[in-house]
Amino acid sequence: MASVNVAASGRGVLRRPKSLTGFSSWFTTVDHKKIGIMYGVAAFVFFIVGGLEALLIRAQLAQPDGTLLDAEQYNQVFTMHGITMVFLFVMPMSAAFFNYFIPLMIGARDVAFPRLNAFSYWVFALGGLFLYSSVFLGGSPNGGWFGYAPNSITDPSIGMTFYAIGLLITGIASTAGAVNLAVTVINMRAPGMTLFRMPVFVWMGLVVQFLLVFSLPIITVALFQLLFDRRWDTAFFDPTRGGDPILWQHLFWLFGHPEVYILILPAFGIISDIIPVFSRKPLFGYQFVVFSGIAIGFIGFGVWAHHMFAAGLGPVANTAFGISTAIIAIPTGVKIFNWMGTMYGGDIRFATPMLFSVGTVTMFVIGGLSGVTHSIVPSDYQQTDTYYIVAHFHYVLFGGAVFGLFAGMYYWWPKVFGRQLSESAGKVHFWLMIVGFNLAFGPMHILGLQGMIRREYTYPETLGLTFWNQVSTVGAFMIAVSVLLFIGNVVRTHLKAKGTTIEDPWDGRTLEWMIASPPPVHNFDEIPTVHSLDEFWHRKYVEDERTGTLVPAQAGASDAPDESHEAHGSIHLPSPSYWPLVASIGLPIIGYGILYSWWAIGAGAIVAMVGFYGWALEPSVAEE
Amino acid sequence: MRKKALWTLGLIAVGLLLSACAPNAGQDTLQPVGDVAEQQKALFVPVFWVAVAVFIIVEGGIVFIALRYRQRKGRERMPKQTHGNTRLEIGWTIAPAVVLAVVMVPTVSLLWELARPPEDGALNITVEGYQWWWGFAYPDDDMVTDWDRPITIADTMVVPTGRDIYLSLESMGGGAKDANEDPDFQVIHSFWVPQLFGKQDVVPGRTNHIQFSVDQAGTYTGQCAEFCGLQHGRMKLVVVALAPDDWQAWVDGQKTLAPAPTDELAKRGEQIFLNPLSDGRGACTACHGVGDVGGAAAPNLTHFADPTHTCFAGCNWPTDDREALAAWLRDPGAVKMGAKMPNYNLSDEEIEALVAYLYSLT
Repeated sequence: MASVNVAASGRGVLRRPKSLTGFSSWFTTVDHKKIGIMYGVAAFVFFIVGGLEALLIRAQLAQPDGTLLDAEQYNQVFTMHGITMVFLFVMPMSAAFFNYFIPLMIGARDVAFPRLNAFSYWVFALGGLFLYSSVFLGGSPNGGWFGYAPNSITDPSIGMTFYAIGLLITGIASTAGAVNLAVTVINMRAPGMTLFRMPVFVWMGLVVQFLLVFSLPIITVALFQLLFDRRWDTAFFDPTRGGDPILWQHLFWLFGHPEVYILILPAFGIISDIIPVFSRKPLFGYQFVVFSGIAIGFIGFGVWAHHMFAAGLGPVANTAFGISTAIIAIPTGVKIFNWMGTMYGGDIRFATPMLFSVGTVTMFVIGGLSGVTHSIVPSDYQQTDTYYIVAHFHYVLFGGAVFGLFAGMYYWWPKVFGRQLSESAGKVHFWLMIVGFNLAFGPMHILGLQGMIRREYTYPETLGLTFWNQVSTVGAFMIAVSVLLFIGNVVRTHLKAKGTTIEDPWDGRTLEWMIASPPPVHNFDEIPTVHSLDEFWHRKYVEDERTGTLVPAQAGASDAPDESHEAHGSIHLPSPSYWPLVASIGLPIIGYGILYSWWAIGAGAIVAMVGFYGWALEPSVAEE
Repeated sequence: MRKKALWTLGLIAVGLLLSACAPNAGQDTLQPVGDVAEQQKALFVPVFWVAVAVFIIVEGGIVFIALRYRQRKGRERMPKQTHGNTRLEIGWTIAPAVVLAVVMVPTVSLLWELARPPEDGALNITVEGYQWWWGFAYPDDDMVTDWDRPITIADTMVVPTGRDIYLSLESMGGGAKDANEDPDFQVIHSFWVPQLFGKQDVVPGRTNHIQFSVDQAGTYTGQCAEFCGLQHGRMKLVVVALAPDDWQAWVDGQKTLAPAPTDELAKRGEQIFLNPLSDGRGACTACHGVGDVGGAAAPNLTHFADPTHTCFAGCNWPTDDREALAAWLRDPGAVKMGAKMPNYNLSDEEIEALVAYLYSLT
């Protein structure tokens, strides 16, 4: 085995930390796997918080004229639920998977910019804490995750200022992470890993990073304008002084709709890799799936105004965006059929990852179909801003994204931790969750059509909305039970003694299954040379040319030592560093400064600059 | 395997159908009465059934494949390795495109139909969105009151049946302040009466329009559909559609003042209302108008007790609920958190007199 060497020669003004294990190493690590795990843990904590907020909402709406929350509390809770689930759970959880598995799946030792990776994580985590600190500092954001101006600038409480600053901070994290991962995919692939030999998960990862890079600047501009309107009395969105509130909507949704695909494409990538594994067949129409993902990425920038059909943009704009909204359904539908084609004729094992993957497909179909009904604009005048929309996007983002993320967790858990989650508990988790999910969100279609608007903290008995609201609340608590079961499964799995190392429990197809579980710090002893899509599969099985059936490859036939040039050389790994953490701490300090004191802005800026200079001046590797 | 999920979905589908005949469904978009809502439903329903068909085909296909090709214990096999089928894939790209193209034809046609300019003889109403109540002004020449102002009402919008009605939606605010001195702001609202028409946003600095008609006399409830701040959930309204004769009688009534109060209590209430409150507590007429007296920042009370004015304070409480009205006057913010009417520390006697006065404004 090649020796791992993180300590070569290097000189500089500052020393770099060396420890790769222990508690403190988590604060200095630049290892994409550790950062991935931290992303996952932080995102899951926020998932629990956002879930508790959802339970508060459902408890409040369990009966007409609910009094559990007052209007102000309710507005804060639904706003934080949305912000949390979008920005602090689904996005970072996807980042967790991308961080951990993109390097493994393309045969790289780490991401392109390891310290930038650590910086992204810390900025995200601190940005999330900054947002939640508002709860103790005068009230959390209360103007909805969409923050429509002018309400978001005129609201007298401090919450929406936290919103603007907090999302700017997490936006910095996402931008840095996106650049990093995009460069990683483009530049760090193993020999032979051409673009069209990349797993679909990596492809979707690449598309998502580009979506982030192009859409985040738009929300950044909007958030700065909002912040200036609120804090320094500018009038970008203030109609009484010549501003335009519709400008906010354009900017927000020009980011916000690509954001939907930022949230769902990672899950599509995950299940596109899981379904072939558990069907024991290659993905049906790999190129079609990849290109439809890219098409979704492009068209996703051309549908934003369908969030604004009732805003009065006029019939020309509404016609155009109605049509573009219908068009984006096509590449999305293609994926569904391709997943069905993959399963067709397969030998399908319904292990937990596969259950969640098929759950993703079936639930997303419902969300996709209700999405098409939004493109019929005059009918959307009725449904927009009702619970019909709430139902729709939960079928997309919970039924699609969250189920997909859970599929990924069950699938890759053995790889990340070297322990396999209980299959039987996993299956109970799945069935509880999918039944609870449909009970919670299915009735919302009906409620919306019956005229229940979104974001109302209470409803009168006379509208006949009580029954389905109660069903929905029962479903929400079923989901909560299923998540508790998942947590129990995780705890139990990790309390048990470590079993035998599981390298390839699912008969996997991609490179990450070639190496030990958990992977060594340097990932690959030898960087593999890739010869085909599903490289690992083709090293295990050989396709019989005449019959199209597979036979196990003869041992050592195709996974003989590659023509590796560094088989016994030392492996260079990036050294840990304090500075990404230091630099990231500066940002929330600047944030509090904007709220409270110019001095703190200066102090935060100094901390950040110290971090960046330390980063620049420290030696490239730790001293021996 | 997927039976359970299918059952759930089946139940939901059945529920969806049942909801069409649920009682008390005063805001049900599937029970339209107005012409616009009917056209919108007529567009939704066929598309819904197309979606149901696609749903059955796709989900049925998934369930079939899952059952048919599931791995059976002891009979694991290595399936044939198919990588794709270009012809098939082009086919299932084109098929949804065709379906969607067909669906878009009636969509675009209705979209333009609803955006048409006002018909000749349409009744104009200016809908005013405040934080958090609706006001309605009738700007047409034949809707001018004896005191030379347009008929102006709040909470309930009164319309004639069988006539085109052209709404102009305006976001208002900036006049009233709550107990914390926070003003009501011009923010975005959305005007929606589900059984009559789908929603249009009420955007500060712009004027959006809705044109509709309703043939059936009756009352139809609606509410603000775009989040507009603290009491978004309590910004409601009722549309009262009157047959032409009743409509004319209502218009005539609105043009004249309510008869002066006769009983002592109501007379005292009138004095409290028209004059500044004692100890510099403010004045009702700073914001509320009655006839040619008073401001326009709060609901116009000229005909507060008119039979069509069935609800008050964002249409959340029945006008004839004396207790609710008294509670409101005692402390509006306690009844409706953040209400832009401050607490004037009215005494019980003052409240009693004011209630009597308000009920005299028929």
